[in-house]
Amino acid sequence: MTTAVWITVGGLCVATAVIKAFGPVVFGGRDLPRVLARAIPLLAPALLAALVVTETVGGTGRSLVLDARLGGLAVAAFAIWRRWPLAVVVLCAAGATALLRAVG
Amino acid sequence: MGSAATIVMSTIVFAGSAQFAALAVLSAGGGAAAAIVAGMLLNLRFVPMGIAIAPSLRAGPLGRALRGQALVDASWALANRGGGRFDIDFLLGSTLAQYPAWVGGTVLGVLAGGLIGNPRALGLDAIFPAFFLGLLVAELSRPRARPVAALGALIAVVLTPLTPAGVPIIVAAAAVFVVAGWSP
Repeated sequence: MTTAVWITVGGLCVATAVIKAFGPVVFGGRDLPRVLARAIPLLAPALLAALVVTETVGGTGRSLVLDARLGGLAVAAFAIWRRWPLAVVVLCAAGATALLRAVG
Repeated sequence: MGSAATIVMSTIVFAGSAQFAALAVLSAGGGAAAAIVAGMLLNLRFVPMGIAIAPSLRAGPLGRALRGQALVDASWALANRGGGRFDIDFLLGSTLAQYPAWVGGTVLGVLAGGLIGNPRALGLDAIFPAFFLGLLVAELSRPRARPVAALGALIAVVLTPLTPAGVPIIVAAAAVFVVAGWSP
């Protein structure tokens, strides 16, 4: 077990460094083909939307979990709509989720 | 997993969800290879994130590779200035500010985790989706951002129960290139 842990730590360290360097090294510092130049600005909304979903309904392993986080996200959506600051938005989401778990 | 390994992992890997995924495999009795694959799948999101910041990088190859190391979800999302532009100095500063907090938090968790109680009871797991939603909404007024975001969310919902963690995010990002290839 202990050896496996240290192999994992070392392997992930190297793999993560390579993965993080890939985009900047391969796609940076040059003019990109037109289709890429059009696609790249769209990565942010696609990634952010996917992150919202996986952080809201992701479970451990391959599972979709519907729990109090959904209520927290709904409250966050209201706070965003009211144009409250982001710090307030996340506090509202955490508070609402905690409240739902306390009563549920 | 021992205290030392947990702290070292936070210090040199510095990618939260990947660390947790690898840990989950190890504590379920899986081997190192399976643990590394699980962690890498989650970290693969840094490929599209790295591609997204690439046009904003002005350094040589080594400098770009080093700046890429600053990629973490929150910094990347906060450094987004919309329309494909990223504030690289902000990205670096944001990660530098988070790094001691992450490592320090890990040390604190290892030493005093029992005292904090269950973070779920405090609703802390709702912070990240709310944070990303706030930054997503700021992006939605841009051309084609809405259909792309809708498609990304749809892909993530469909794939979350079917694939290992991390895969839905990569596929959602890949869909962007399909959309860009189609539309005039």
